[in-house]
Amino acid sequence: MVKFLGSSRTPAAFLHGDIRNTVGNVPMEWYQDYPHIGYDLEGKKIFKPIRNKDELDEFLDKMENPDYWRTVHDKMTSTDIRLTDEQISLVHRLQSGQFGDVNFNEYEPYIDFFSGETMIHPVTNRPQDKRSFIPSLIEKEKVSKMVHAIKMGWIKPRKPKESDLQFYDLWAKEDPNAILGRHKMHVPAPKMKLPGHEESYNPPPEYLLTEEERLAWEQQDPEDRKLSFLPQKFSCLRSVPAYSRFIHERFERCLDLYLCPRQRKMRVNVDPEDLIPKLPKPRDLQPFPTIQSLIYRGHSSLVRCISLSPSGQWLASGSDDCTVRLWEVSTGRCMKTVEVGGAVRSIVWNPNPAICLVAVCFNETVVLLNPYLADKLVYNATDQLIASYVEPEEERPQPVQWQVPEIEDSDKGFRLIITHPKSVKQVTWHSKGDYLASVLSDNSNMQVLIHQVSKRRSQNPFRKNKGLVQCVSFHPIRPYFFVASQRCVRVYNLIKQELMKKLMANCKWISSMAIHPGGDNVICGSYDSRLSWFDLDLSTKPYKVLRHHKKALRGVAFHKNYPLFASGSDDGSVIVCHGMVYNDLLQNPLIVPVKVLKGHTLTHNLGVLDVAFHPTQPWVFSSGADATIRLFT
Amino acid sequence: MGGQQQKKYERGSATNYITRNKARKKLSLSLADFRRLCILKGIYPHEPKHKKKVNKGSTAPRTFYLLKDIRFLLHEPIVGKFREYKIFVRKLRKAYGKGEWAGVQRLRENKPSYKLDHVVKERYPTFIDAIRDMDDALSMCFLFSTFARTGKCHVQTIQLCRRLCVEWMNYVIASRSLRKVFLSIKGIYYQADVLGQLVTWLVPYQFAHNHPTDVDYRVMATFTEFYTTLLGFINFRLYHSINLAYPPKCVVSPHFYSQKLSALSATLSRVISAPEDEDAELDHFPAEGEDAEALQVREKQQKGLDAQKRLFEGLKFFLSREVPREPLAFVIRCFGGQVSWDQSLCMGSTYNATDETITHQVVDRPNVDKKYINRYYVQPQWVFDCVNGKMLLPVEDYFPGVTLPPHLSPFMEEKDGDYVPPEKLKLMALQRGEKPGEIKFEEEEEGDEANADEDYDDDEEEMDNKEVRDEKSLKMIEKQRSQERAVSVMVTPGKVKAENKMRLEYEEKAEEKHLAIMMMKKKEKYLYDKIMFGKRRTVREANKLAAKRKAHDETLKANKKKKGKKD
Repeated sequence: MVKFLGSSRTPAAFLHGDIRNTVGNVPMEWYQDYPHIGYDLEGKKIFKPIRNKDELDEFLDKMENPDYWRTVHDKMTSTDIRLTDEQISLVHRLQSGQFGDVNFNEYEPYIDFFSGETMIHPVTNRPQDKRSFIPSLIEKEKVSKMVHAIKMGWIKPRKPKESDLQFYDLWAKEDPNAILGRHKMHVPAPKMKLPGHEESYNPPPEYLLTEEERLAWEQQDPEDRKLSFLPQKFSCLRSVPAYSRFIHERFERCLDLYLCPRQRKMRVNVDPEDLIPKLPKPRDLQPFPTIQSLIYRGHSSLVRCISLSPSGQWLASGSDDCTVRLWEVSTGRCMKTVEVGGAVRSIVWNPNPAICLVAVCFNETVVLLNPYLADKLVYNATDQLIASYVEPEEERPQPVQWQVPEIEDSDKGFRLIITHPKSVKQVTWHSKGDYLASVLSDNSNMQVLIHQVSKRRSQNPFRKNKGLVQCVSFHPIRPYFFVASQRCVRVYNLIKQELMKKLMANCKWISSMAIHPGGDNVICGSYDSRLSWFDLDLSTKPYKVLRHHKKALRGVAFHKNYPLFASGSDDGSVIVCHGMVYNDLLQNPLIVPVKVLKGHTLTHNLGVLDVAFHPTQPWVFSSGADATIRLFT
Repeated sequence: MGGQQQKKYERGSATNYITRNKARKKLSLSLADFRRLCILKGIYPHEPKHKKKVNKGSTAPRTFYLLKDIRFLLHEPIVGKFREYKIFVRKLRKAYGKGEWAGVQRLRENKPSYKLDHVVKERYPTFIDAIRDMDDALSMCFLFSTFARTGKCHVQTIQLCRRLCVEWMNYVIASRSLRKVFLSIKGIYYQADVLGQLVTWLVPYQFAHNHPTDVDYRVMATFTEFYTTLLGFINFRLYHSINLAYPPKCVVSPHFYSQKLSALSATLSRVISAPEDEDAELDHFPAEGEDAEALQVREKQQKGLDAQKRLFEGLKFFLSREVPREPLAFVIRCFGGQVSWDQSLCMGSTYNATDETITHQVVDRPNVDKKYINRYYVQPQWVFDCVNGKMLLPVEDYFPGVTLPPHLSPFMEEKDGDYVPPEKLKLMALQRGEKPGEIKFEEEEEGDEANADEDYDDDEEEMDNKEVRDEKSLKMIEKQRSQERAVSVMVTPGKVKAENKMRLEYEEKAEEKHLAIMMMKKKEKYLYDKIMFGKRRTVREANKLAAKRKAHDETLKANKKKKGKKD
């Protein structure tokens, strides 16, 4: 800590008691807690002077002492030193940037030894080198190298500087035929879209965005915006500012030009009216049902099935309220209500006009019902026909049970009861009226059964189960049998006992099927709202798939005499189409939708459940989930 | 039997395309150089028709170039120049590192450079092709010419762009080929008809640019490099096509290009002094039937065009100092007007504000201190609207301090069904020669009488309806109206029946159409639905605009009435 400074003090000063501190350049705080503040030249402690000047003393000193301004506190010795006049003048000189020494002259004349002037006598007396008199070897070497390089053609003369831009008539000899093959594949960049009224600096007021539109615009992703800018209105040209995205947009255009893949797209420029097919006018295809004329009310729950008597005078309907109702078509009067033991799934009137019999199916049973709604001769003959059954000699095992009903049931009109092992979902008559087919909701091989009423015999025609059977139907003329499973319709020849055709319906789940009275065309309705028309002579694929309905189709029907067919759907509408089948095999059937009939209200998301045509008139009946049956004429 | 088994993706579209990376490797170029090359040569990716096939079964997103394009690049001399440049940069860096300043100097002198003449010729084999593709080139050059020396691009580029732009503008003035001008919020759109091709370009307003950081100026500079070459050649040919010397001879001062205006007020020297009226008259051929009609239409158009070209002829304009000088001077000179400005403002002024022969003074401030009686004071929009309207519009709407009528885009051509702003209808009426006074008269009347007012409103509504709806529905509406009136006056059952018949017929037709639509094929149905959706959307938008306008007008009227009551 103690350091001796090389002092140049005279011994005289030394003797006079020099109290210079020898601690050196150290912070004096280190001595704060000691009584001394350092050591003198002899190594003795220098003690702090006994005084403590506080702020007040300082202030008084400042006010009273005339020499205060020239007093400096020496920290090393902790003494106040009064500066002499010499010292003060030194300080002043240094502050003003002058030399400390008063006597120093900074502007003494300059003696220029090495000047540009040639003098008689050299500045130095050194003799000149020899090398300054002889040519340089190194330079010679370099030059000879260059000469050699020039001779060898390694160094070429500098090319004349081309003036950077020289424009001339580039297309002077343009030849339109000299177009490169590459240009055939060239897709010119589309031009920038020309600005509309909204881009104007002063647009008509309707092009300015309202507050909500502006907010919506701001919240949209910049890529989704229809306008890339906010339309603005300025009162004068002077107040139009710079467009902040100008460079951006130019740059984006550049990127589009060289990075964006291009493809030639043919713009379709068609008149939409030309796309609509030219169909014959519905007016020319009359008759077909056009308006709703009667509503048959009486059922309390959804009416699942309806059927017309062969004469067209009576209508039978089966409903989920476990009743079968028989109506007079022309008046809408309910003639009879028959209670059955379950929700009626299917009801079919015997197509033979000589027999008055209705097949009703509910739960596991199919009931043959005599409604007594015909000529008395006819229904008595029917009763007799059923009663005339003679038991065969040998009893054959049957898949179902044939029963003659009890007396109370026979009072209701039940004539025969066929009890199946599983619940039955559909029955259908053969056109002769003797055979009856029923569909069981079962997954085993016994899904379809064919019954012969006159002999009270039943048989299971299929050995194997090929998918869940949805519905079946007899061919109106030939011994063919149609079985619709979920996705296809199989056509069997009953005599040859073989599969004839498999019609692929192109849909997910078939719901209903109808055979054209000619027998060569089939329509299938499906739950995925399609109707497929098959021409059996043409192909196993649908001739046409109609997607007219918005929701699942529930029922389809053909008219017996007129070229009409109808489809009912969950959207509550019945669509009647003109389906003309020509005798000429070369001409394809003509299908024209002629009328959309609406009337049923939707209940539980169900609309029309079944449709049926009148056998002689161009009338269509529809039963709906709103517990009504409607007649459209 | 048999033969070799066909391998997949070795024939057909898979071999016609090449991915970007493969192309780059084939050319052995870095990505940056490849991009530069693509920009200069105008090569762009193609979207193949069957992307999966081209992508060899993969669905990864890739950009494809045509293999032919890439092969074509293989023989490009510019590629060699790129390599030379790369070597040059390397040598230069080395020389710098070693401090060989002489070497640096030498290298600098031999800096490799390339020319794009052959590229221009290749990309545009005919002159018309080049003109067709001028839009982007012009817009870009005009943008670059407004850049300041901020180091975003070379000063030489800026100067060159400026020079080319001025040359182009001078050509447009000399050939009087400007057709449309549009003041948008982005800048000023100009459209010129050059050799039968419409060329549109956009010039930003004169402000210092706020240079964005997310823009790659190198890409823009590469584009500009090509565009300047293209524009130079086009200008050369265009100047020669109208007998002008190129480069223009009126280069008097070194400030010529920086002060574009000095050039805009001076005429250019011609190679061969041509007679003033150079438009050769069309020869008349006897034509029959439709040809004659078409000829008449064409003649009429030609007459209109000639009239438009001489729109400002004989008019003397003076631009006051707050008005954008350059666009106005350009437009006025394009249509044959004389133009000048204050001498203290910019060089090139030819006469003073005190000139008594000045007919129009363009002013953009609310009031003018010292007015001369024998001239019109108009706002700048008047000049542009006149050009777009192809006629001198009445100046009253454009006096200083007056609320300006909306400035409409001349590029919009409304088809039927689109919304047409009422101002455009007014303009069209003016063009047809109908007097605007009648309309004014009606408006005045409207203010006086309340009843008349309402009637007038009704009429207006009907007018609107006419635009928006098609004729049939309009008829229906009219019939309904007449029916209502008939019912209120007297009971005539016969008439009602007739009405129903109409309606029934209409309904029947609608149903027929609906049924026919049901029978459409899936593909056609899709197309039909798409078209109808688009149509419905345009109608909806037009209706929306019309409704907005109506609401706006009504509020205006209500305000007017309120004010009137207060007074």
